[in-house]
Amino acid sequence: MAHRIEVAFKEGVRDALGEGVRKRIVEHLGFEVNSVKTIDVYTIDAELDGEQLQELGENLFADSVTQVFSCGKPLAKDFDYLIEVGFRPGVTDNAGNTSRKAAEDILKKTVEGVYTSKQYLLRGKLDKQAAEEIARGFLANELIERWEVKSSAEFDFEKGMELVLPIVRLKYEVRVEPIDLNVSDGELMRISKERVLALSLPEMKAARDYFKNKRVNAERKKLGLGEEPTDVELEALAQTWSEHCKHKIFNALINYDAGNGKTLVIDSLFDTYVRKSTEEIGKSRKFMVSVFSDNAGVIKFNEDYNLVMKVETHNSPSALDPYGGAITGIVGVNRDPLGTGMGAKLIFNTDVFCFAPPDYTDKLPPRLLHPKRIFEGVRKGVEHGGNKSGIPTVNGCLVFDPRFLGKPLVYCGTGGLMPSVINGRESHLKKADAGDLIVMTGGRIGKDGVHGATFSSEELHEGSPATAVQIGDPITQKKMADFILEARDLGLYKSITDNGAGGLSCSVGEMAKESGGCELHLEKAPLKYAGLHPWEILLSEAQERMTLAVAPEKINEFMELAKGRDVEATVLGEFTDSGWFHILYEGKTVAYVDMDFLHNGSPQMKLNAKWEQKIHEEPDFEEPRELTDELKKMLGRLNICSKEYVVRQYDHEVQGGSVVKPLVGVKNDGPSDSAVVQPLLDSLEGVVVANGIAPRYSDIDAYHMCACAIDEAIRNNIAVGGSLEHMAMLDNFCWCDPVKSEKTPDGEYKLAQLVRANQALYDYTTAFSVPCISGKDSMKNDYIIQGVKISIPPTILISTVSKIDDVRKTATMDVKKPGDLIYVLGTTRNELGGSEYFAAKGFMGNNVPKVDAEKAVKLYEAVSKAIKLGLIKSCHDCADGGLGITLAESAFSGGRGVEVDLSKVPREGIERSDYLLFSESPSRFVVTIRKEDKKAFEEILKGNAYAEIGYAREDNAFVVTGLNQEIVVNADVQDLKQAWQKTLGW
Amino acid sequence: MVAPKALILTGYGINCDYETQHAFNAAGARAERVHLNDIIAGVKNVADYQILAFPGGFSFGDDIASGKVLANKFKYNLSEDLQKFISDGKLVIGICNGFQAMVKLGILPGFDRNYRSQQVTLTFNDSGRFEDRWVYLKINSNSACIFTKGIKSLYLPVRHGEGKFISKNEAVKKRLRESHHIVAQYVNELGEPAEYPMNPNGSEDGIAAICDETGRIFGLMPHPEAFIHKTNHPRWTREQLNEEGMGMQVFRNAVDYAEKKLV
Repeated sequence: MAHRIEVAFKEGVRDALGEGVRKRIVEHLGFEVNSVKTIDVYTIDAELDGEQLQELGENLFADSVTQVFSCGKPLAKDFDYLIEVGFRPGVTDNAGNTSRKAAEDILKKTVEGVYTSKQYLLRGKLDKQAAEEIARGFLANELIERWEVKSSAEFDFEKGMELVLPIVRLKYEVRVEPIDLNVSDGELMRISKERVLALSLPEMKAARDYFKNKRVNAERKKLGLGEEPTDVELEALAQTWSEHCKHKIFNALINYDAGNGKTLVIDSLFDTYVRKSTEEIGKSRKFMVSVFSDNAGVIKFNEDYNLVMKVETHNSPSALDPYGGAITGIVGVNRDPLGTGMGAKLIFNTDVFCFAPPDYTDKLPPRLLHPKRIFEGVRKGVEHGGNKSGIPTVNGCLVFDPRFLGKPLVYCGTGGLMPSVINGRESHLKKADAGDLIVMTGGRIGKDGVHGATFSSEELHEGSPATAVQIGDPITQKKMADFILEARDLGLYKSITDNGAGGLSCSVGEMAKESGGCELHLEKAPLKYAGLHPWEILLSEAQERMTLAVAPEKINEFMELAKGRDVEATVLGEFTDSGWFHILYEGKTVAYVDMDFLHNGSPQMKLNAKWEQKIHEEPDFEEPRELTDELKKMLGRLNICSKEYVVRQYDHEVQGGSVVKPLVGVKNDGPSDSAVVQPLLDSLEGVVVANGIAPRYSDIDAYHMCACAIDEAIRNNIAVGGSLEHMAMLDNFCWCDPVKSEKTPDGEYKLAQLVRANQALYDYTTAFSVPCISGKDSMKNDYIIQGVKISIPPTILISTVSKIDDVRKTATMDVKKPGDLIYVLGTTRNELGGSEYFAAKGFMGNNVPKVDAEKAVKLYEAVSKAIKLGLIKSCHDCADGGLGITLAESAFSGGRGVEVDLSKVPREGIERSDYLLFSESPSRFVVTIRKEDKKAFEEILKGNAYAEIGYAREDNAFVVTGLNQEIVVNADVQDLKQAWQKTLGW
Repeated sequence: MVAPKALILTGYGINCDYETQHAFNAAGARAERVHLNDIIAGVKNVADYQILAFPGGFSFGDDIASGKVLANKFKYNLSEDLQKFISDGKLVIGICNGFQAMVKLGILPGFDRNYRSQQVTLTFNDSGRFEDRWVYLKINSNSACIFTKGIKSLYLPVRHGEGKFISKNEAVKKRLRESHHIVAQYVNELGEPAEYPMNPNGSEDGIAAICDETGRIFGLMPHPEAFIHKTNHPRWTREQLNEEGMGMQVFRNAVDYAEKKLV
C-alpha cells in the first residue's frame, strides 16, 4: 500500500531553494516567473495507518518550526503550473533510502520503500509548453528522472498528484546465453557493437580462437559448458580488456613518423616513457613506496606514514547526467586510496573541470546539455560527494574551451594517509591466498553502471546507454570507509580493492591474480531488485562497493563488525589457486576462463602516428597605447577570472588541517597557487597539493602542452613552499580518439600528439626529478551524432604532491605590506602562442611557451630555500594571462596598489609592453620581500634571471610603466578586482 | 587530577570527529571517538563520560533535513540516557551538524529544563547554498555558557547549507534574548550587527550559538575545532597571531569546568 506525505514551508518562511530555482529559470531560460515554491513529497510503500503516517510527518519529515505536512491531501495552492519531479525506477534515491531506514527506526516495523519527489509551484506568465520546457530543460534530466506538469485548472486539489512507486519490476527470465563466435568478421563486429563490448576485430578473433582451443574445451566440458562462450564469459573479457581497464592505446605498438624524416617504433608508450622515467628517477629519489601497481600511487610521508594519491576522470557519465556523473566521479576516486595497500584514510580532494563557456548561445547538438547546466551539475555533484564524505576539497581549477561542449572533463583527485606498518606488516602490500573468502561490502547491485567501462571506451553516440549513468551515495560509502579503517586496524582482512569500472568482474579478477584463481557465486550477491542476468551482476558498476579477501578464521569477527557499523557485507565465494576465473550461478558454472588468458590474452594494438607541425596565422595587430582596459578584459576572461563562486561551496577545511586555503589575502578571496594540508594534527609536517593544465597549447604542439602542464604543477607547488626533493606527480591524459578510422581520419596526427606528449613527460619528469607515481588515461573524448563531431583538445592534467617538514614555512600569493619590494623571477620571452591574450584578439599564433628545465630547477630550488628561510612574503606564479595577471592578483588580494616598471623585467625577444605583460612564458614568479631582506634574498637567487621591478604602495593605485617609459596601466586595484570577480560572480 | 572523559560521537557521516577529539585532548581531556551504534547496543555507556560532543558533518547525508535523522536516533533509542546525562550536570556541545541535531532533538534551548521540546530550528541559508567562510562572532558576556567563559569574540569558519536560525514564534525569540540563551552572534569585524556575508545564512538576530539556562548545554554553527592552531587562520601569513588558535579556549573551558565539578 502506498501513502503520500507532503511537506511545505509555512507562510512567511523563506523558500531558499524555490527562490534559487526562480532566479535561474529567469536567467537561463528567460521565462517570466514571479515565484517558485517547493514541496517535498515522500511516497511510502508500507502498511501504515493514519496514526503512523501522522507520526512520520510530525517526527521525521516536517520541521515543526518552519514546515507543515499533510498525509494524503495535497498542499499545493496558489500556482499557475505545478511540476513534480521524481526518480525513474532503479535510480539511486539517497534521501529515500535514508527515509526508509529512519521510518523503520521510528515505527519499529518493515517499510518496503520510501521514494522522494519534489513539486515546484510556479507563478508567472507561462503556458503549458513553457512549463514543459522548464521541466525538461532545467528541473529534470530525462535519463534519470520522470516529471509531470499540471496547470492549476488540471490539478486535482482533493487528491493531488497520482501516486507513483518507482519500483523496478523485471519481467523477463534470468538466463545465460551462449554466443556463437564462429561467424564472419562482420558478424563478430556486430556482436561487439550490439552488446557494447567495445572489442576490436583482432580481440574478437582472439576470444574466438581461445574458445576453440582443445584444452580449454575439455576443461569447460567437465563443468557442463558448451563449445560456445557464455555471455558471462564474453562480457567479462570485454571488461577486462576494455580501453578503460587495459589502456590498450598506451600499450600499443606504435610506428611514429616524426615528420622530419625520422621514424621510431614505440613498444608501449607507458613502458617507454612513463614507467621508464619513474624507474630512472627512483635511483635518486628514495621516497617512492608503491607505484603503478595498485589503485593509487604511494610515497613516503614520514617514518610512520605513507601518502597515497590518485586522480581520475569521469567524463562520459558527466556529459549525460552532470550531477550523477560528477558525484560518482569523486566518490569513485575516493575508493582508490581506500583500496590501495591495506587502505588509506582520505585526507583531501582536488578537482579540475573543463567546460565549454557557460555563456554558449548557439543551438545545441542532439543529446548535449547546455554548458552552464553541465557546470552547475558537476559543481553540485562534487560538492555533495566531497562535503558529505568529510574530505576537504583543498584546491582545483576550471578550464574553458568551446570544444569541451562535446565532452566535459571532470578530473577528481584524492589523497590518503596510512600508517606504513599495520599490525607488524607493511601496509602497502596485500595478498589474497587460496582459501580466503571473497567478501563484498557496501552498496547493493543493480543495473546501474552496466557497461560503464566499455561505454567510456567509446565516443558519445546515439545509443550511449542510460544505464551507464548512476548516482553516488556518499553516506553509504562513508559508513563503509569508516568500517574498513576499523577492520584494517583490527587485522580482519588480507587484501582489498574497489569495485569501479567492470564491477566484480574486474575487482575479483584483479585480486584473483594474487592467489591464482577464484570461485565466485553470483546468486549470493545482494541485489537492489530481482531479475538481473548473471552477466549483469558480474559487470554492474553499482557504486560504494569494495571487495575484500578475508581469512576464514576472521570472517565471524569481520561480519560482526560490519553489522555493528550498519554496513552490508556478503561472502560471495573464495579465492583459489586453480588458475581459473570460475563464476557460478545457482550452482552451475556460467564462466570458466583461464586467468592468464583473461589478463594477458588481448592482442597488442598496432598503430601508426604521423607528426606534422601545424602553422597558424601570426597575429597582426597594433600595440595598444594604453593597457588598463586590456588588463581588465583579460582579468574577466573565463580562464583567468575568480572561481570563488565554486570554491566557497566546497568545504576546504574539514579535518582541521587546512593551512594554505584556496582563498587567501586580506579579504579571504585571492586565488592560491596550491593547498597546504596538515594531515596529522599533532605534527607540523604538511602536504602541498597543486595542479597544472594547459590544453590550448595542444593546438600548436602537444609536446609543449605537456611540458607546460608539468612546469605549472611543479611551479604552483614551489610557490607556496613545496620542494623538488620530496615531490611526486600524477599524470592524467584526456585525449580525443587517436586511432585512425573512418570516423577519425586524422587519427595518426592525434596519436602523434600523444606520442609527443609522452616524450615531453619523460623529458621533463626526469629533468625535474619529479616522478609520476600514478596516472590514468581517457582516450575517447569525442562526440559524434548525426554527422557532427566535436573532439576535445588533447589535455593533460598534472597533479603534484610534495611533503614539507613545517607548515609554518610556507607563503601565500597576496602582497603584504606597503614598501615591500616586488621581484619578477624567470625570463619573459615572446611566447604568446596559444595565450589568453592572443585568444582574446582572435589568434592562436605559433610561439608556444617552452620550458627550460635546467634553469627552472635552479630557480625552484632557490625559491624553496627563500620561503623556508622566511625571506619571501608573497609568491605567485605566472600562468594564464602572464605577468600582468599575476601582478594584479597579488596586488588586489593584498588590498594594496603597486608601482612597477616593465623595462626592468628580465626578457628575451620582446619589445612590446602588451606582450611583456601577457606572454605566458613558463617558470616565472612574482614575489615580494621586505626591504631589509633584499641582500639575503638576492644572495640566494644568484645565478638566476630575476629583477626588482617595483614596490607595494600605501594606497590602491596600480601603476605600470611600459617599455617606452610611459605609464601603460593606471588603475585602482579594487576596479581590477571587480573586473576579475564579476564574470563568474553568480 | 583525573582528566575528564569526553565522548566524541561518530558514525553515519559525522565528519569532524577526529579534529574535535584532537581539540579536547589538547585541552586536557581523554577524548574517545565512539560509534553511535556502540552506544545504542550498550557496548559504550554515555554515563561513563563527563562531556558529550556532537561533532560537525553530514550525519545521514543531511537527507530530509540536517541533523533530523541523527536527532531521531537519540530520541527513539537513547532518550533516557541523554536526559540523565543532562540532569547529572554534565556538559554537551554540538557543533554545526551537531547543533542542528540538538535543536531538532529539543535539548536546546531547554526552556525550564525541558530538554524534549523543539523551540527553534536551523534551516536553509538565505543564499540557498552551502558556504565555507570565516565569520566574526560577538560573545554575549551575560550568557551562562560554560564553554565561552572569558571569551569576548571569536573568528571561526562556518561550513554549512542549513544554518539559518529561526525561533518558533516571537515569545521564544524574546525569551532567548532576555534570558541570555544567545551565546554568539554574527557581526562584522568591528563587532557590529551585519548583513550577508558577515551573517552568512540570514539567522534571526544574527544568532550563531545558544545554550540552555545552565550554560552546560551548548550548540553553535561555526567550527571552533577548525581553529586550534594559528595556521588554520585564513590570513595567518599576513597577521600577527598567537600560536594557539581562538577555538581552543572553548574546549579548555569545558575541560576546566569538568575537572573542577565533574570528576
